Amino acid sequence: MDIYLDHNATTPVLPQAAAAMADALARTGNPSSVHRFGRLVRRSVDEARESVAALAGVSAANVVFTSGGSEANNLALRGVADRAFVSAVEHASVLDAVPDADVIPVDGNGVVDRAALKEILAGLDGTAVVSVMLANNETGVIQPVAEIAEIVHAAGALFHCDAIQAAGKRPVDMRDLGADLMSLSAHKFGGPQGIGALVVRDGLDPEPLIRGGGQERRRRAGTENVPGIVGFGVAAQHEQDAANDYSAKLTGLRDDMERRLLAAAPDAVIHGAGVERLANTSCIGLPGVSGEIQVMTLDLAGVAVSAGSACSSGKVTPSHVLSAMGRDDEAARSAVRVSLGAETKAEQIDRFVEVWSDMARRRDTGAHSRRSVA
Amino acid sequence: MTGAPTAIYLDHQATTPVDPRVLDAMLPWFSETFGNAHSEQHAWGRQAAEAVDAAREQVARLIGAEAREIVFTSGATESNNLAIKGATRFALRHGRGRHIVTLASEHKCVLEACAAMEDEGAEVTVLPVGADGLADVQTIVEAIRDDTVLVSVMAVNNEIGVVQPLAEIGTLCRERGVLFHADAAQATGKIALDVDAMKIDLLSISGHKVYAPKGIGALYVRRRPRARLLAEISGGGQERGMRSGTLPVPLVVALGEAAEVAGEGLAREGENLAALRARMLARLQDSLDGVFVNGSMERRVPGNLNVGFTGVNAETLMADVPELAISTGSACTSASVEPSYVLKALGLSDADAGASVRIGFGRFTTENEVDAAAEMIVRAVQEQRAGGSARAAE
Repeated sequence: MDIYLDHNATTPVLPQAAAAMADALARTGNPSSVHRFGRLVRRSVDEARESVAALAGVSAANVVFTSGGSEANNLALRGVADRAFVSAVEHASVLDAVPDADVIPVDGNGVVDRAALKEILAGLDGTAVVSVMLANNETGVIQPVAEIAEIVHAAGALFHCDAIQAAGKRPVDMRDLGADLMSLSAHKFGGPQGIGALVVRDGLDPEPLIRGGGQERRRRAGTENVPGIVGFGVAAQHEQDAANDYSAKLTGLRDDMERRLLAAAPDAVIHGAGVERLANTSCIGLPGVSGEIQVMTLDLAGVAVSAGSACSSGKVTPSHVLSAMGRDDEAARSAVRVSLGAETKAEQIDRFVEVWSDMARRRDTGAHSRRSVA
Repeated sequence: MTGAPTAIYLDHQATTPVDPRVLDAMLPWFSETFGNAHSEQHAWGRQAAEAVDAAREQVARLIGAEAREIVFTSGATESNNLAIKGATRFALRHGRGRHIVTLASEHKCVLEACAAMEDEGAEVTVLPVGADGLADVQTIVEAIRDDTVLVSVMAVNNEIGVVQPLAEIGTLCRERGVLFHADAAQATGKIALDVDAMKIDLLSISGHKVYAPKGIGALYVRRRPRARLLAEISGGGQERGMRSGTLPVPLVVALGEAAEVAGEGLAREGENLAALRARMLARLQDSLDGVFVNGSMERRVPGNLNVGFTGVNAETLMADVPELAISTGSACTSASVEPSYVLKALGLSDADAGASVRIGFGRFTTENEVDAAAEMIVRAVQEQRAGGSARAAE
């Protein structure tokens, strides 16, 4: 167990975030309490809210803390409009939050088809929300979100952007993205699990999912997860400072890795390689070997990657993302996601390339079943 | 705590400190042995998943449940929302009833979740409680109808600490084929709970009320006979489809450890807390006239005291003892200037409700703290009654 290349599933908590959380965990107090214990804790929540707001380019009042990205996506979509439209490559928490939504197709690289979007939205009546993610969790493909936002707004609809995989890896200024609602999750970029946020522009009021006390300006009840919020704030602050280094460092490492994989197995496919992607993500298809077998083989060699997203990793269905990109079942089943982190070292990539190349060679000599286990 | 070296914390119903044993258990899971518990195809994920499984066992054991009946949530507010709205929506969708029974003294999130269901076509009966804060089982019997889906009664009240007759209500609900939900945020780890003996179908648990951190809770969902729910947060299908989202492994580990620690020390801790409370009440009653206790003293969780001082303004009292953390009403509503609706439900006048404070004792409270706190309260009450409070005019 030594090489972790599954950062899109979760990341280790940054040391400075962990230290801030340890302090917060040592302080007693409910931020809603009016006594000094409560007030001190309230102050740490306020400071963290400022940091998250700065990451999103909004005011603190626009940030609604949630238990994570899935809740943020559900909150954004379940109670904001009569109709919903989602891209075919969205995360399960978007697709399942609005199961009756109309689906917007994507092209072979996984990019939303803007002409199709315009057609779908033509003659829209009543309230509607359109949800398109900034970066895909499986392929890392970046959507032309600002352009999509213009189309959506021209049609009179609201635009929700799931920026969960993008945050900490590239800018997520909500105004630049043109989003009315934006979801964030801390544990995807060095913050803790169990905390996220829905960023809501002024004047919008999504129907609360969780009701009770008046926390989060009545938009999300429940005693605030203070240590989680504090860790989220520190991670947001850090990522704002470090986002540029991150991309510069990881793009080179990732691109070099992909070149070597393709040299070892010329029929391998990098899904979404034709367009802009997150610097850390690579979705690699190895024809003839199922994603599950690849992940298991790599796991035995001490390398952690995933087949598809973590939430669906127990399932053996083909990736809905790759299917939406027009890949056949065989191709959609034979891909793995490799996601690097800020702390990933070149030697770790070397080792991964070695194990993967060996796997590809064994495929060619018939050591692997040609058929997928699924 | 910076700026408050001498401050005394007696607000353990609002939140508890994290137990050092709980902290030790959770900290390694942030950065050292991190992983997504749903990534079971690789070693990092499996290790996280094993930790989650162990914690699920620990939580289940504390309430006499099976591990697979525990659904982790972000806290008791979410658990209460999921239980009430999830069960009611399932019934509405399948034509299996549309009526909810609850109490006037329930936590705000229970009442608000019920009210939200009225907007979706349910009917809600909110029953009164007695002057002692206890539910009358006969009144509940009479309120149950053929289309009743759910009875929601809190195990221990957050303001006055009274323990409701859970086993009686549970037996009654089971006989009538109605789900019984107990909000046990204030009860878990404080009193013995057994979901089978008490015939509870849904039970809400809070981490930060039981010496685990904020941001984690659980909902017990009975499998036999099965309590059916519609999820509020959907997506990856975690928690057997009842609650999607990546599980926060450190927090889950913390809740498991907190459950274990609480279960081991339950009886001993209860005795300690009861002694501290008796000490406080004796100090107050020895020095002051016009001291009254709100809610039954006999059927009450040992860490809670809710006490009023005739003629006193409790808000002013609190402001006069800045070194002492106590509260008026629950934390969620403590910014509100309205008298506590729970105390009003007991039949208190506005004046008496407005003269009452909640004092919550905890695992690490000492006799010295109780004595010092009693002295502060006595002095502040005496000064206020003598018209000497600096803030009495406000």
